[in-house]
Parts: sequence; C-alpha cells; structure tokens
Amino acid sequence: MTEPVLEILNLRKNFGALKATDDVSLTLMPGEIHALIGPNGAGKSTLIQQISGALTPTSGTIRFLGRDMAGMDMAARARAGLGRTFQISSIAPEFSALRNVILAVQARQGSSFRFFRPVARDRSLIEPAMVMLERVGLAARSRIPAGELSHGERRLLEIAIALSLEPKAFLFDEPMAGLGADGSKSLTALLSELRHVAPILLVEHDMDAVFALADRISVLVYGRIIATGTVEEIRSHPEVRRAYLGEGA
Amino acid sequence: MSMSRETCINILLALLLLAVPVAAAELGEPFYVTLATRVAILALAAVGLNIALGLGGLVSFGHAAFFGIGGYVAGILASHAFEMSPLVFGIEGTTSMPVIWLTAIMIAGLVALPIGAISLRTTGVYFIMITLAFAQMIYYFAESWPTYGGADGLSIIMRNQFPGVNTARPLPYFLICYCLLIAGLGLYWLLQGSRFGLALQTARQNAIRLSSVGIAPFGIRLTAFVISAMVVGLAGALFADLNKFVSPSMLSWHMSGELIVLIILGGKGRLFGPVAGAAVYVLFEFALGGLTERWQFFLGLVLLGVVLFARGGLLGLLAGKARHD
Ligand SMILES: Nc1ncnc2c1ncn2[C@@H]1O[C@H](COP(=O)(O)OP(=O)(O)OP(=O)(O)O)[C@@H](O)[C@H]1O
Ligand SMILES: [Mg+2]
Repeated sequence: MTEPVLEILNLRKNFGALKATDDVSLTLMPGEIHALIGPNGAGKSTLIQQISGALTPTSGTIRFLGRDMAGMDMAARARAGLGRTFQISSIAPEFSALRNVILAVQARQGSSFRFFRPVARDRSLIEPAMVMLERVGLAARSRIPAGELSHGERRLLEIAIALSLEPKAFLFDEPMAGLGADGSKSLTALLSELRHVAPILLVEHDMDAVFALADRISVLVYGRIIATGTVEEIRSHPEVRRAYLGEGA
Repeated sequence: MSMSRETCINILLALLLLAVPVAAAELGEPFYVTLATRVAILALAAVGLNIALGLGGLVSFGHAAFFGIGGYVAGILASHAFEMSPLVFGIEGTTSMPVIWLTAIMIAGLVALPIGAISLRTTGVYFIMITLAFAQMIYYFAESWPTYGGADGLSIIMRNQFPGVNTARPLPYFLICYCLLIAGLGLYWLLQGSRFGLALQTARQNAIRLSSVGIAPFGIRLTAFVISAMVVGLAGALFADLNKFVSPSMLSWHMSGELIVLIILGGKGRLFGPVAGAAVYVLFEFALGGLTERWQFFLGLVLLGVVLFARGGLLGLLAGKARHD
C-alpha cells in the first residue's frame, strides 16, 4: 500500500464553544486531487490554516511525508513542501507579479541571505519565475504591481508562487472564487495538470470544477466530515444531498 | 537606459550637499561647512535607520542607543589614547578614525543583536515600546556611570586622526563624512535590490506571504535590525568627532525620535529620503533656531503636513510615487 502524502488524524480546533474542526481525519494520496466541500462556515479554511501552520490545533495530529508537523511554524512547513494559496489572496502588493514569484524561486533555492547581487539582473531567478507566470497565463502582466492586478489574476499569481516552490503537496483554498466562467475553465485545466506535480487538497465551492477534477471528495459540515468518497458516491449520498447539495441536486 | 526622475533628483541632492560646503570653504565661511557636515552625519544615521524602518517596516524608537554607542566608542577610545591609560585587558585607546569606526560598527552590531532578538518577538506598538525601553536603559546607564563623565558627557580634546587628512579643518572632515554617507547610501541601494532586500521588503508588505514561501520573517528582520544599528553606530562616531563631545543626550529618546522624523520628512523607504530629511531638518534648526526656541513647533507643523498630505515625504513630493519593477 502507498503511504499518504498528508495524513490528518482526529483533528480538533475549538474557538471558545465553537467546534470549528470536530474530530477530522483525512488523507491526501500521491497523485490525487482530494476536494473538500461544505457550506459557508463549515471549517474548511480553518482546516487549511491548521495544516499550513497558521493556526494551532486544539488536539490531533497532522503528518506530512511521514513526519509529525506539530511545533513547525508556517515557514518550516512551506520548506518541508507545503505550497498553499489563501481564500483571500495574500501577495506583496507593491512588488510586481514577477517579483512576487521571484521571491518564491529564491526561497526554493534557499538563498535569501545574499546582500549585494541585484535581483533585477539575476537570470537564475527571473527565468524560472517567468516560466511559472507563463504557465498560469500571467506572463503579459509580469511588470504590473501585484496590488493592481484583478482579483482573478491575483489568484493565478498565488498559484504561480505555490508552483515555484516545487511543493510535495498543494493546499488550495477556493482558487476559482471570483474567476468567472472562462477563468474557472482554464484553471480547471491547469489544476488537472498540477496533480502530476503534486497531490492537491482542494477547497472549492464551484461544483462543476469539483466534479470534473476530484478523485475523492470529503464533505465537511459544522466541522465534521460527514462523507468521503468518489464523485459518484458523493453525488448519490443521501445525507450529503440533504445537508449540502440541496434536495434538488 | 533613461534615468528616472527620482535618480535625477538624488544626483542633484548629492551634488548640492557637496557643492555648498566646498563653496562655503572657498568663501571663508567654515560655519556652513560644519552645518553641511551635520547634515551628512544625520543623513547617514537616518540611512541606517531607513534599512530597518523603510525597507523592513520596523519602527524602532531606540536607535539612539546605537548612535550614542558609536559616539561613546569614539569618545572613550580617544580619551584613553589622550591619557595614555589602557582600556581593559591592556587594550590601548586610539585616535585612529578607521579603528574607531570599525569598533563602533562592531559594538553597535553586538548590542543590537540581543536587543533585536528580544524586541522582534513583538510587533506594532509593543515593538516601538520595547526598543524605546532598551535605549532608555542604556541612556540611564551612561548618565550614572562616572568614569566617562556621566551626565556631563565626555570631551574629545582633539578630533581623531585619519591617515593623510587634516581632520581638524572643517572641509576635509566634511569630505570624510560625505564619503561615508555615499558609502552608506550605496549599501542601502545594494541591500534594497538584493535577494535579502526582496525578502525584507516582503516582510514589511505581507509577513504571511513571506512565511508561506518558507522564509521565516524573524531572521530576515533581525539581520536588517543589526545592519541598521551598525550604520547608525558609525554615524554616532562621526557625530562625536564633529562636536568633539559625547554625552547621554546622544542616547536619549529625543534622538531616536529625531531620526524617525528625518525619515518621515524626507521619504520613508526612499534612497535619498534621509538626505532630504536631514537637510531640511538642519536648515530649519539653523534658520528658526536663532529666531525662536520653539522652532520644533514649526517643524512639527511641517511634519504634520507631510504625514497628512504627502505620505511619500519630500522625495515623494518631488519624484512621485516609489516604483519597484
Ligand atoms: N479566528 C477565529 N476565531 C473565532 N472563530 C473563527 C475564527 N476563524 C474562523 N472562525 C469560525 O469558525 C467557523 C469556520 O470558519 P471557516 O472560515 O473555516 O469556514 P469555511 O468553511 O472556510 O467557510 P467559507 O466557505 O465561508 O470560506 C466559522 O463559524 C467561523 O466564524
Ligand atoms: Mg473558507
């Protein structure tokens, strides 16, 4: 049997009386896209935040590549191979799109303590960064300050940044949000290629995208996973239809 | 490559700061040379602080500590050399400026390391307060330490020496300070464009972004804090030699505030912001200081205007919004 890349065991996160994560266990297997769906406030982002190290779980275990990640901060987890995007895009707004990606390339090269050589003339940074921008379709916008990019472009920029880290797993929190029909379509195509780079834990509300991409789907409601299965299994799951997809789905 | 408007203004400022004291010396007006030297030294200190504040967004309210430490290094080494008494462990004093500068830079950096390591555990107002607290500790220590003059300060009998230069004369000493200012600006410029600078400026814009590519902001910020302190320490040594005097006032929170004011006035995170800021500050002090003791009131008005209407400071006003490629 193959080992999971990411394994979450009995995870709990309480905000006061609110159980935002309630005994969640799930795995991310090599080569798969595992979609995490659920209504607003179900605790999807909270789960992503705990995996990436932005939030500390109340209890439970997160294992990545066989290693318990308790006590590792966000930067250490990123270095270990977690590439993430945020539900609300997180970029360096004053820097161009290109510089935002260059930062990731240099982080990947492990070389941020170089004080003299100008980044602007360093082809070992610029070229790989341009390749990534090309890949997400932002090459023509490389010189625009990231803060001036459209909402959808920022999502793509975040994906280019995550890609540049050559991660061992992707965590994407609603990458399709605000992209529009065309945008979602091309991003769906891109994500389906990315699964060959690394497996993806995909939080997404866009059901067309989820059903097109996911190998497995987990349904989160009130912090609990109520079902995990293939697209077909989830589509026909009675409890899921009632709780989430709506009676008519 | 065409030069940007900001580059032109920077070159103009650099030439102006050089031309005025040279002309003044030519016309036999040494006072103006001393004034320009004061501008150059304060600008160098502010360039140092600008590494932490402008690039890294670290509002340190304690950089007077490093300014004063640089000053005391110059004063203490000179006084031991003058009295021909050894310092500690048989180390001799010295009147050699290069040795004094290196010592000031090293000690400022060594002191900044633990201060930064502790202060950078906090952010925002807490960071401002804790850096202030450290600087105040050093201030009260200097004030109550009788060996080197305590509250009365310590005189440097003769300005320290630089090989081949008559440092006692105003213009040569100005030129030394000017060269070091240009070197400081060069360092700032290199850092800003480097990989380190990219990480540091990202830490200011969005620390979460920096973490999520795998770079811990703490180490980047601490390094910037230490480098920044070293530059300020060098400026402090120059300042002591300019005045031939060092006292706890160099360590006081007024001094820390003054350095921040210079940067805000001139343009935070702009290469020549500190130069413009220092020039305006010293001119204000000179022009209004003679008329009224409350010249700082008018400076406050100008500062208020800058903060409310010209966030980019004087350089923002002259050269427009800062640009990154
Ligand atoms: N820092 C916090 N403190 C207190 N409560 C929080 C915090 N973060 C999230 N919550 C609560 O936890 C619950 C889960 O929030 P979360 O953002 O994880 O939901 P989500 O599934 O991502 O929703 P959406 O689809 O709207 O993005 C919500 O009720 C939210 O209000
Ligand atoms: Mg969410």
